[in-house]
Amino acid sequence: MVKKIYFQSIFFGFFLIKDALAAESGGMPQLNPEFWVSQIFWLILTFGVMYLVLSKLILPKISNNLESRKSQILENIEAAEKQREDSDAKLKEYDEIISKSKLEANSIFNQAREKALKDIGAKRDVLDKQIENEITEAEKEIDALRKNAPDKINKIAIETSSELLQKLIGAEVNNSSISAIVDDLFKRNGDKYYGN
Amino acid sequence: MAANPMSQFDVYRIGPEIKVGAFDISFTNASLFMILSTVSILLIFNLGSKKNSILPNKIQLLAELSYTFVSKMISDTAGSKAKPYFAFIFSLFMFVLFCNMFGMIPYTFTVTSHIIVTFVLAAFIFIGVTVIGFIKHGFGYLKLFVPSGVPAVLLPLIVVIEIISYLSRPISLSVRLFANMMAGHTMMKVFGGFVISLGIVGGWLPLSFSVALTGLEILVAFLQAYVFAILTCIYLNDALNLHH
Repeated sequence: MVKKIYFQSIFFGFFLIKDALAAESGGMPQLNPEFWVSQIFWLILTFGVMYLVLSKLILPKISNNLESRKSQILENIEAAEKQREDSDAKLKEYDEIISKSKLEANSIFNQAREKALKDIGAKRDVLDKQIENEITEAEKEIDALRKNAPDKINKIAIETSSELLQKLIGAEVNNSSISAIVDDLFKRNGDKYYGN
Repeated sequence: MAANPMSQFDVYRIGPEIKVGAFDISFTNASLFMILSTVSILLIFNLGSKKNSILPNKIQLLAELSYTFVSKMISDTAGSKAKPYFAFIFSLFMFVLFCNMFGMIPYTFTVTSHIIVTFVLAAFIFIGVTVIGFIKHGFGYLKLFVPSGVPAVLLPLIVVIEIISYLSRPISLSVRLFANMMAGHTMMKVFGGFVISLGIVGGWLPLSFSVALTGLEILVAFLQAYVFAILTCIYLNDALNLHH
């Protein structure tokens, strides 16, 4: 249906064109030379003026703009590249400094540790010696005390026994006989009393 | 009358008749649209070149894109020697493009649909290219008609064919543009006439055709301007770099 209308319309149309062309005396207005000279004149005038203005004023400006933009972009790229290189170098420097300082810190730490260890060792030695000295002295004292203790105890025992006897019996007893008894006791029971 | 698809190409006088000697150079609708085209070209490109900002605005971008488009076209087809002719080819391309595009607006006149206009442009290009060729190469330019590597027997025939093809350049160049513009506009007018004659019932089909044709014609308007400019570049290339 639509197709039919379409073909009909084209058919109709050709009739219309035919009628229209028949009505027109010249057919194509393009071939009518009446205004040819005028068209040539105005074409040369307008095109010439446009060409002059474009070539002398506008196009150089556009090319200038493009060139300056290009050069500026290139410059910027160069500057950016340079800055990148700079920053890379600085980063490297920074890394170096950091690694160097790390090493330094490590060595300082090690040194300090060694020193501290040494100090501690020395002090410990000194202290050990002191302690040893004190121990030996104390041992000596103890030994001395231990050696002296039986004598003193014997003496105390003798004196206490003589005084006890005097008070109990009321008579004076010879110290030498008491000491003989104490000595005898000491010889028999000394081990039990002094734990040697 | 609107029903006549050719009446859109009528040239008529606007204002008084101006005569210089025997020649009538009256201001016509064709002159009006030539002036409109050139003025809008100058306006757009003047605005587009005024400010030089790193980030171009729309009109500057338009101007610069056109500039690089044409300059790339020239350097691709005619090489670096064609640089001095850049301004001419740029003007030519823009002039034809704007005349074609102005013709796409309803009720306007298409300057390039007149054989006399396109022929004057083509003839100027033809003469200019020939003169450039003879200046650059002297009589060696005639070697253009003698292609290398052709058997001697065929040479007379080939030379005749080459000369005919060279001489027909302005005709083919001008008729191509004129015929394309005229045919397209006539066709659109015919389909437009169908819409009216078929009325509300059957008019929709030619109307849709008209819409499609409008798109096609805009493409053709650009393409013909491009073809016109690129053929000029090719002819210029023959004149500048004679490799045959």
